[in-house]
Amino acid sequence: MTSLPAKTDKQLGLVIDLDICVGCHACVTACKGWNTENYGAPLADKDAYGNEPIGSFLNRVHSYEVQPENGPAQLVHFPKSCLHCVDAPCVTVCPTGASYKRVEDGIVLVNESDCIGCGLCAWACPYGAREMDPAEMVMKKCTLCVDRIYNDNLPEEDQVPACVRTCPTGARAFGDLSDPDSAVSRSVAERGGMDLMPEQGTKPVNKYLPPRDKDIDVLAPLLEPVAEEPRGFLAWLDKALDKI
Amino acid sequence: MHPARSIILFTTLSGLGFGLLACLGLGLPPVTGWTAFAFFAIAYALASGGLIASTFHLGHPERALKAFTQWRSSWLSREGWLACITLALGAVYAFPIVFYGTRFALLGWLVAVCAVATVLATSMIYAQLKTVPRWHHWSTPLLFFLYAAAGGLLLAGQISVAPILLAAAGAVQIVAWVIGDGRFAGSGSTLGTATGLGDRGTVRAFEPPHTGPNYLTKEMVHVVARKHAARLRVIGIVLASGLPALALVALPFSHGLAVLAILAHIAGILCIRWLFFAEAEHVVSLYYGRRAV
Repeated sequence: MTSLPAKTDKQLGLVIDLDICVGCHACVTACKGWNTENYGAPLADKDAYGNEPIGSFLNRVHSYEVQPENGPAQLVHFPKSCLHCVDAPCVTVCPTGASYKRVEDGIVLVNESDCIGCGLCAWACPYGAREMDPAEMVMKKCTLCVDRIYNDNLPEEDQVPACVRTCPTGARAFGDLSDPDSAVSRSVAERGGMDLMPEQGTKPVNKYLPPRDKDIDVLAPLLEPVAEEPRGFLAWLDKALDKI
Repeated sequence: MHPARSIILFTTLSGLGFGLLACLGLGLPPVTGWTAFAFFAIAYALASGGLIASTFHLGHPERALKAFTQWRSSWLSREGWLACITLALGAVYAFPIVFYGTRFALLGWLVAVCAVATVLATSMIYAQLKTVPRWHHWSTPLLFFLYAAAGGLLLAGQISVAPILLAAAGAVQIVAWVIGDGRFAGSGSTLGTATGLGDRGTVRAFEPPHTGPNYLTKEMVHVVARKHAARLRVIGIVLASGLPALALVALPFSHGLAVLAILAHIAGILCIRWLFFAEAEHVVSLYYGRRAV
């Protein structure tokens, strides 16, 4: 049923630290790799080596420049995947019931054998989290690696989403955001974790940790000019040239 | 949004078809026998032709029957149900009219109500989307209704009432365009809210996640040919509302003139529906720094 559950037992999701992400796209590659070889239809690429390559991805890394009123511009790498919203508009628009939100852990999934590929869920998502697979013509989205996180055949350290496992800087954390004592919830509370497009009313579960303030100041003092006034020969030259 | 031909055809044809069916349900025109058959045939050809066109938009049309399951939550599912109910009731209503010359008025009114509900359900598929601020507005269902009513009356040959509806549709269309142009800015969504970085400074898309296009940019960040939008608006409204209304009011009526008025109206609606999609901006375009001007 495409109605949303009134309450989910857990709210599994990701916390993405924009202060740490270096924009290496390793999470994109790991996601594509795992989700092509495992649950659901593989993530296709069309014309991969041609002039117009196009393919489906569940996770993409944008880069934005933030120019403060004063001070230097900052580059922020911005990974984006499904936010597993509490009020997921993609779920309620689905005419077939293929899109659903799980009661037990809040993960938003697509039952691919029920998907008619109408694309309405992708239209309803403000975040661009859903992409139609160009070969299978069914809607693909982040599953939060549902086939990893409960998979007892994997070593314990691998029982997290592929993007989290692979991130070389630890910019991605996975956990239960409905539990205020979980590591992810604590980091959200400490760092002022934020929702994307809160005005859309989707109540995203995934949170983003903003870049730390004054980050650039660690190095900035070292870049200050150390000699304001010339001394010695240069001071003499300076004066002499002024007099000419 | 990408103006897919299948969807433009679907909304245009099914709107006209259900509009005509609603008129026939109200007994406009009060035809019986084979004349009635011709009218019903046109209504059914348009309505079902539109519905068939809509399935070309699907990735898996063979699973289309599954779309009837989620009527409790999904407007697309409701639209499917209402369309089928209307067509079924319409057939029951048409049968005695065509073969026995008997019209059951109560059933006819029910057909008309269902036909209008179908058109409104179609409009709600678009109007429900908060992600497309231009569509997420009362003018969307109102316009779908007015165009279906005007087109239906035109097809039903109601030359006294049709010009009023045509003019009303044109007037509301102008209001919808004027309001619609400010809807995205008024939605409050910016690249700042989309990234959560807006309070730190001016956010600019520095580098996209990929060098080529993707499903999102093709489907929802359509910016092609918007430069002709102003001209197309004039062409659309003149063809859809202006010319047919003027022809019916000012010129002596003939069947040839009526056919021309209908053809102009259909061409105008196709143009306006193309704009309905092409001009609609999705908030996801913010992430790609491609908010069109």
